[in-house]
Amino acid sequence: MKLAIASGKGGTGKTTIATNLTATLADMGKTVQLLDCDVEEPNCHIFLKPRLESSTIITTPLPEVDEEKCTGCGICAEVCEYGAIAVVKGKVLIFPELCHGCGACEMFCPEDAITEIGREVGIVEEGRADGFRFIHGLLKIGELMSPAVIHAVKVAGGESEIVIIDSPPGTSCPVIEAVKGTDFVVLVTEPTPFGLNDLQLAVGMGRVLGIPFAVAINRSDVGNNDVKEYCQREKIDVILEIPDDRKIAEAYSRGEMIISAVPNYRELLETCWERIIDIHQNWES
Amino acid sequence: MKEIVVISGKGGTGKTSLVASFAALAEKKVLADCDVDAADLHLVLNPKIGYREDFSGGKKAKIITEECIECGKCEEACRFEAIYYPDSENEIPCVNTIFCEGCGVCVRVCPVEAISFDDAVNGEWYISSTHYGPMVHARLGMAEGNSGKLVTIVRNKAREIAEKENLDFIIVDGSPGIGCPVIASIAGADLVLVVTEPTLSGQHDLLRASELAAHFRIPTVICINKWDLNPDIAKQIEAEAKERGIKDVGRIRYDTAITKAQIMRTSVVEYTGGAVSEDIKQVWRNTIYALG
Repeated sequence: MKLAIASGKGGTGKTTIATNLTATLADMGKTVQLLDCDVEEPNCHIFLKPRLESSTIITTPLPEVDEEKCTGCGICAEVCEYGAIAVVKGKVLIFPELCHGCGACEMFCPEDAITEIGREVGIVEEGRADGFRFIHGLLKIGELMSPAVIHAVKVAGGESEIVIIDSPPGTSCPVIEAVKGTDFVVLVTEPTPFGLNDLQLAVGMGRVLGIPFAVAINRSDVGNNDVKEYCQREKIDVILEIPDDRKIAEAYSRGEMIISAVPNYRELLETCWERIIDIHQNWES
Repeated sequence: MKEIVVISGKGGTGKTSLVASFAALAEKKVLADCDVDAADLHLVLNPKIGYREDFSGGKKAKIITEECIECGKCEEACRFEAIYYPDSENEIPCVNTIFCEGCGVCVRVCPVEAISFDDAVNGEWYISSTHYGPMVHARLGMAEGNSGKLVTIVRNKAREIAEKENLDFIIVDGSPGIGCPVIASIAGADLVLVVTEPTLSGQHDLLRASELAAHFRIPTVICINKWDLNPDIAKQIEAEAKERGIKDVGRIRYDTAITKAQIMRTSVVEYTGGAVSEDIKQVWRNTIYALG
């Protein structure tokens, strides 16, 4: 089972659910690994304090021009859909930040003057937390291509009985990269107008991707009833409700696990897991 | 005219609530919601859309089934795993538009011109009026990419309006993270305000966000929202900011009025005259001061 924890809106509690659910499952004796795919702002390590054992530099392909072979014909610039190559007075200029690494320039250069080198966009670190394998990625500051680092985290993860993925917020490319190929998505939200609006966007994403999903409502007693009514109308299961609790907020602020600070959350997460399994089995697309 | 961009690194720290209050406090301004993949500012500012335009983030490939000779070259050449075979009966491929990055490699390798390559519409942007002033905002289509390009359009339109109407401020609501849409939101701005919270996560993410702003050489200030949730960490964050030469424009206390204002679809400073509104007003004054 590959499970992604996602949300349209940021700061709704994805990391809290991902880390505490993983730890709960590990304590139940399951083989589980946690992949922190929020590579722009990864936070799981703050709570899990893993022992990191290895670090790998992640690169994306970037063209390099052999000036002796290059005739300045300009075909590379012509085939680049991203404007990452310009040919000025017969000289090829490359703008690395705009390159998507599609390989078109290398493929269509008639002089075979382009090779691809690796450009560092981030790192992936692997290690162990208490009872499970832990992997996260860090996008290099100033880089645009977070999906490449997310992809690398997922590849590093490989197969396991259970994989939990902490996704970045939003609904665009980085989220798609984190969520694609998973078996189930938990969409975390808050009962507020912003929470509802962003949940609707996230539900749209889940449906477009065709992945079974359910909703978790955090700080479930702070706002209004609109999120629940929306879920009812759309026949979306609400599998977890976490009431607003200063004890949780304070434990979170110190980087502590909720299941340690408020032990009865363990049971809540066990039930949540059972419901995920159940909904997943009975899902009709 | 000065452009202020509000970002946070970590999501959910209160960017949009703060921007909505700035909208009420600032005079002669245009608002820009650059959190295009989860835009929320419109829920508070209730814009009336005056102009809308389709957004195309680029082209998408599409296989013309009747022309396809099933050679498999497109699938081999695509680096984004966007070409798949939906039908077990034959080898006619299909493009997964969600994974397609619009690079055009498949179009060029196809020996029989069986792949079309047209501009895809994957969003919309708007120029609206609100009772706070003009607002530029956008909606990115479901599961679409290229948010950075849409952010740039929103910012450029806001700048045009500010120039034409001789406005003093462009106030930009940014997105969480430090990737593509955030970089597109802050590049060339006059000031970045990073809103954070007194948690270890908030602290960690603030550092990365401020490093990003430093990377692009944009003057940066910080503000701690819900500071009284953990006063010790709030102090630590302020000390760390100081060490990095980042000015602190104030603290905002934890108050349920912030959520209540959102439910009433109004800004915090209009919803309550309480202490939390005074905090926000102070943050706005300090922000203007930091702009010089």
